Amino acid sequence: MADKIMRVEHVSKRFDGLLAVDDVSLDFASGSITALIGPNGAGKTTLFAIVSGFLRPNGGRVLYRGGDITGQPSHRLARMGIARTFQIVQPFADLSVHENIAIGAHLSRPARAAALAAAAEVAGLVGLGDLLERRAASLTVSGGKRLELARALAITPTLLLLDEVLAGLNPSEIRDMLPVIRAIRDRGVTIVMIEHVMQAVMSLADTVHVLAEGRLIAEGPPLSIAGNSRVIEAYLGRGAAGRLAAVGGGNG
Amino acid sequence: MTARLLLPLLLVVVALALVPAVVTSNVALNFMVTVLLIALVGQGWNVLGGYGGQYSFGHSAFFGTGAYVTAILQVRYGVNAWLGFALGIATGALVGAAIGAVSFRSGLRGSYFALVTLAFAEVLRILASVTPITGAGVGTLIKLDLRPEALQFQSRVPFYWIILALVAISLIVARVIEASRFGAWLVAVRENESAARALGVNATLMKVSAMTISAAITAAAGCFYAQYFLFVDSGIAFGPWISVEALLAPIIGGIGTVFGPLLGALVVKMLGELAKLVAGDAPGLDLVIYGCVLILVVAFAPRGVGGVFHEFYNFVSRAWTPAPTPMRRRDG
Amino acid sequence: MLSPVILIPAVLNGLLIGAVYALVALGLTLIYGVLHIINFAHGALLTAAMFAAFFVHRLLGLDPYLAAVLLTPLFFVFGYGLQRFIIAPAAHGEDRNILLVTLGLAVIIENGLLYAFRADTRTINLDYAFRVIDLGIVFLAVPRVVAFGVVIVVALILWFVMSRTDTGRAIRAVAKEKLGAELSGIDVAHIYAVTFGLGTACLAIAACLLIPTYYVNPQAGNAFVLIAFTIVVLGGMGSVAGALLGGLFVGVVESLSGLYLGESLGQLGIFVMFILVLLFRPNGLFGERI
Repeated sequence: MADKIMRVEHVSKRFDGLLAVDDVSLDFASGSITALIGPNGAGKTTLFAIVSGFLRPNGGRVLYRGGDITGQPSHRLARMGIARTFQIVQPFADLSVHENIAIGAHLSRPARAAALAAAAEVAGLVGLGDLLERRAASLTVSGGKRLELARALAITPTLLLLDEVLAGLNPSEIRDMLPVIRAIRDRGVTIVMIEHVMQAVMSLADTVHVLAEGRLIAEGPPLSIAGNSRVIEAYLGRGAAGRLAAVGGGNG
Repeated sequence: MTARLLLPLLLVVVALALVPAVVTSNVALNFMVTVLLIALVGQGWNVLGGYGGQYSFGHSAFFGTGAYVTAILQVRYGVNAWLGFALGIATGALVGAAIGAVSFRSGLRGSYFALVTLAFAEVLRILASVTPITGAGVGTLIKLDLRPEALQFQSRVPFYWIILALVAISLIVARVIEASRFGAWLVAVRENESAARALGVNATLMKVSAMTISAAITAAAGCFYAQYFLFVDSGIAFGPWISVEALLAPIIGGIGTVFGPLLGALVVKMLGELAKLVAGDAPGLDLVIYGCVLILVVAFAPRGVGGVFHEFYNFVSRAWTPAPTPMRRRDG
Repeated sequence: MLSPVILIPAVLNGLLIGAVYALVALGLTLIYGVLHIINFAHGALLTAAMFAAFFVHRLLGLDPYLAAVLLTPLFFVFGYGLQRFIIAPAAHGEDRNILLVTLGLAVIIENGLLYAFRADTRTINLDYAFRVIDLGIVFLAVPRVVAFGVVIVVALILWFVMSRTDTGRAIRAVAKEKLGAELSGIDVAHIYAVTFGLGTACLAIAACLLIPTYYVNPQAGNAFVLIAFTIVVLGGMGSVAGALLGGLFVGVVESLSGLYLGESLGQLGIFVMFILVLLFRPNGLFGERI
């Protein structure tokens, strides 16, 4: 049994009566890639926000390397090695790509020169090496996603939380990103990813956790998940409703 | 920090230091002292507003604290003026840290932050206008004592050196912030607070620190004001005029830049003098012009006058650069 | 403790003054609720309206209450123009810019008035200004009672406009969901300007209600603006009902703290309350957003 870098124990989060995360317990094995999947509104991003210190859970606790980190502010968790990206990219819009990444690199490197040098190196790693002087706001969708990834990597995390870094990319861009993510894992970083692109989940993940309506409904290796009837139900129920609406809404 | 970064700064300060050698009229020197005073107040605002993105509408709170502490310590407690000056700055910093801590810890930002700073300044103004220790409605008059030990001088020139030294220090502070991790993190908080926090930046600490430095610089201007005019009252010290000048200078000169506040103060004060020339010494007119310039700068030159110069310089230097090679190839 | 003989009149007078505060705050909260901007020019616009009411009386001999009929549409148009042709184009839709542009407007208006009319304080003499109604235990000033009544009527009209007219529905739609409103064909720039115009029109009415008993100088409006901010924050940013209740509440608080602490410290009470509310209950004490 590989050792667990993070354990989530009976975590719940309520927003104005809506139970976004409902008594979820799971853990992430060190050095693995874990995927968190589920229909929209399943509570995946809320769970991310909780384990990265952006939200305080109403119940339960989060353990990281054996210590309780529940409710700790995000900047402190980042210092402990937990990095996250945002589903909707959050660049430092007016700064260059180089500066953006350097902000993260500064965490372990107080000197400007050292941070900028480290930032340039990370930029190369995710394929932003040629765009260092570009203003972050002017990046394409795929450029923005790479920047999210680069900044998070720049803090040299031990646990990397990726929130839909592949969403909005075209198939060839996705193909380019897969080896990048794998390379990060091979450097010893534990990765947890929220992802809708199933092809990526199947090819990258060691373990998959499925959330639906705030609850954990299945977990296991990708192939076993693909055949799990509860998972298919959770997805197809909504999928079918969506198709019916599309047919009724107009024959476009 | 390399010499290259400090060189332009040194040139500007040396140029300003030559002013008393050229200018002898008291009126002109007085004008330059006012410009530098506003540049100092503006640099204070710029540290928090320009680099940190937190727009305060109540920087008079710090200016007034500096002015009153300097004056009251001398007049009521017989404290040496130089020491009073230093304690004025320290108290200003403390007030900044306190207001910053309560405001930022409760998550105030944007308009809410502007409002709360405005309210704090008003509270201090009302307190100063009623409590006996400040001289209430009458104000506090510092006794004339023309000795350097009492930080008073026969001529205006020594005052000019002092305010120039303070401005030089504030320029260095701004430059050091720009070239440091603290500055990079502060700018990151301005650009996107959530992203900064996710990267390990303690956003609240950055903002409170910036506000402390900001308040110290602005308080220094207040201390100087008290010593220069030897009089403080609640309207001067905590009135809204200084809060407006504080943000006007950096925004017009170039927000979040080292020289923005100095440039802006010069532009604003020259416009004010120009208005006086055109319309006589009519109250209000200079501020009407400031208001118009503020809106025009926001609308058409978001990087301030400095930004316009910069673009002009780029334009000119591009125009003078020899044409790139492809042109020649077409000839051949 | 003070006896009811002093307390009851103080509370009643506080309520009457609070009604005018509420009207000033109503304009502010309306603009905030729809445009999501804090209008720092609000106080200066109130001052401008008070000057307008003063000169309409001085030059045309019009009673301030009648002047309201003339000035309200005039200030609506003025506010509409300000938002449409100055604030919106200059600010490029950025919050920080809007702060600066409205601050710039405040500086221009206030000092323009100072330049034009000097710092002199002016008052109007009206024969009804000092008339009172005797309720047995308390005397109420007639102009304040009139003001209270007018504010209630204005609030009712505003409520009617917002809930029963197409423009009102469009305003509420924009306040709730700007993008959706835009997609369904509402001219958002127009609605923004209409809202700003309505907020400014409220100030014209408030000015006409104030001028019979108050004075005007280039800074007269500032006394009300921080109070209005306090009310808006207290009542919940953007809440019309909150502004009304908050206005009355603040009127009473000011009247009572003035009684206990004296005039200038009474003002202090308001600011301290304002800061505390901002720090601890930034969503307001009561009332929800529009």
